Amino acid sequence: MAVKKETIEQIEKLGKYDAGFVTDIESDKAPKGLNEDIVRFISKKKNEPEWMLEARLKAFKCWEKMPEPEWANVDFPKIDYQDAYYYSAPKMENPPKSLDEVDPKLLETYEKLGIPLREREILAGVAVDAVFDSVSVATTYKDTLKKAGVIFCSISEAIQEYPELIKKYMGSVVPYHDNKHACLNAAIFTDGSFVYVPENTKCPMELSTYFRINELNTGQFERTLIIADKGAYVSYLEGCTAPMRDERQLHAAVVELIAHDDAEIKYSTVQNWYPGDETGKGGIYNFVTKRGICEGRNSKISWTQIETGSAITWKYPSCILKGDNSSGEFYSVAITNNMQQADTGTKMIHIGENTKSRIISKGISAGKSNQTYRGLVKILPGAKKARNYTQCDSLLIGKQCGAHTIPYIENRNNTAQIEHEATTSKISEDNLFYCRQRGINEEEAVALIVNGFCRDVMQHLPMEFAVEAQSLVKVSLEGSVG
Amino acid sequence: MIEIKNLHAEVEGKKILKGVNLTINSGEVHAIMGPNGAGKSTLSYIISGREGYNITKGDILFDGISMLDMLPEERAAAGLFLAFQYPVEIAGVHMTNFLKAAVNSIRKMRKEEELDALSFLKLMKEKVKKLGVKEEMLKRPLNVDCSGGEKKRNEILQMAMLEPKFAVLDETDSGLDIDALKIVANGVNSLRSPERSFLVITHYQRLLDYIIPDYVHVLSNGKIVKSGDANLAKELEENGYAEFEAA
Repeated sequence: MAVKKETIEQIEKLGKYDAGFVTDIESDKAPKGLNEDIVRFISKKKNEPEWMLEARLKAFKCWEKMPEPEWANVDFPKIDYQDAYYYSAPKMENPPKSLDEVDPKLLETYEKLGIPLREREILAGVAVDAVFDSVSVATTYKDTLKKAGVIFCSISEAIQEYPELIKKYMGSVVPYHDNKHACLNAAIFTDGSFVYVPENTKCPMELSTYFRINELNTGQFERTLIIADKGAYVSYLEGCTAPMRDERQLHAAVVELIAHDDAEIKYSTVQNWYPGDETGKGGIYNFVTKRGICEGRNSKISWTQIETGSAITWKYPSCILKGDNSSGEFYSVAITNNMQQADTGTKMIHIGENTKSRIISKGISAGKSNQTYRGLVKILPGAKKARNYTQCDSLLIGKQCGAHTIPYIENRNNTAQIEHEATTSKISEDNLFYCRQRGINEEEAVALIVNGFCRDVMQHLPMEFAVEAQSLVKVSLEGSVG
Repeated sequence: MIEIKNLHAEVEGKKILKGVNLTINSGEVHAIMGPNGAGKSTLSYIISGREGYNITKGDILFDGISMLDMLPEERAAAGLFLAFQYPVEIAGVHMTNFLKAAVNSIRKMRKEEELDALSFLKLMKEKVKKLGVKEEMLKRPLNVDCSGGEKKRNEILQMAMLEPKFAVLDETDSGLDIDALKIVANGVNSLRSPERSFLVITHYQRLLDYIIPDYVHVLSNGKIVKSGDANLAKELEENGYAEFEAA
């Protein structure tokens, strides 16, 4: 296949983006463009019940009328929604019953990405729900989870198997009319993950999903829904990686988290979607709506994100702190290099009494990239004694990049305590020379200094991924100095 | 082992070094003294390869090989160490991790096997004990929230770990009280050996009461104007640099 060859050649030439290759599998895809028929096509492909189709169509009608959000500090040409495919699945006669039935080429793809899919290769305690384009091809460790009563499956499966949970929770945190991108997702989401942890259950392992965009010109619209019932705990890691492409690709995901009384959800993301080349050609548009609600008392939601990829990132993982004594955390490292643009941050909405939030954001800009931290801390009148602490640090590498910090604070309760700290620094020539005199070359020195700068955030990542994240920092900043 | 030959250098068009000649053999300790602005720190930066200096004439040979085209990290791998007058602070990077990165990248450049975490920690513990550095220091981010004395002690620990053939100490005594000065000097003395040579750059003689040099040179106006033994430092202490500045 010509496309495959071409891509391999490109990678060999550049030798930089390790995850850039295309798997040659005939795909089963919907015609180009976006209209009501496509929505019906997707719903039919997934054999969905009538109520799901109706929900999709409702969202689609709303999407058609909705304006694009234009307030973010990013710049890109208008998206032609009719010039893309919205459904594409690896071709399979029957869905696989076990990994042995999975197309070996697919498994190879995951191997190249370093995702240990086969159980014997799996990092102890990590279950992987692998989304290949739009269909979940294999889920591992399901049995162990089942014994604990934890449901971890694709959202398509959940729609079939657990319609009551889906009806109750899907769209309860991010309603379909929330914003244009979330609305598009509600209409045409193709797959994603579903997690339900029952009362007083600690999920016995880290849950992890690797999303992957494989088909040329296909948007990836996954939908994730995680529910932690009373007293439950779950830690979830989402990792992303996409092959190298010249075309722009759109990624508009929605993630919803619900934590009931005394429950805790820890959601970590390592995002290295293809960022485009040095001149800004290609790369993913990452327009994601992530939001969690601390529904119950003493509940806790924690977002940790390491963002190194995508041409454009538009993303604000947020917490609605509704239950009394609930707390929300946001730990973020965002790295932009070359022509990347990122407008990212969080929203902490304090509704309940004694609610606490903590925001630690580390932005690193290199090359000609541009980065904005945009955060909202909102204290509603009932949020007595609410507390927030925000720390935003920016690190600049070189002279052509930009960093902006835009904190919004709305306080409507005078017992609240809000703290905000911000710093901007540069990697100085003094620091670099010092490292080099000790034998550490310039690139290693930058990685060392940047990893030090991100330390407060990195330490919140699950152990298994901290090392991976550190090397990702290095790879992302290659060629940013000198 | 180190030969500085007729070294001329400029910064932004301004002539700083105007023909420095200096030979340091293995095992020798040389001191360079001189008034402010004589070019002492410039000399240490040029030896270690810092950018921003224009070498217009002369050469620096390390074991007979010119260092002028070598990158700072390559000079470090060749066995050169500079103890900084103002060691930098690097937030979030623990001393242990920093040292491990340094030791292993030097080993890598020398095509030696890198140390695993265990052997590295063992080696570091030995050195720490020998130098009397507090172990607690190792868990701190590099030089962050350290006193002047602690920073200089960190420099000596790094020197002990990297085991250079040639170490340059740039105004290591600046900002130290007498107790800290003694600790640092003892550290340096414990590292003296027939295979290792030192160049101690200082403005004041008092450091040389504790690190006794084999030779003392006076650098003034970009040139070495006088050389002698340890007694020269004492003369300078009494008479000051006025005589040389006039010349």
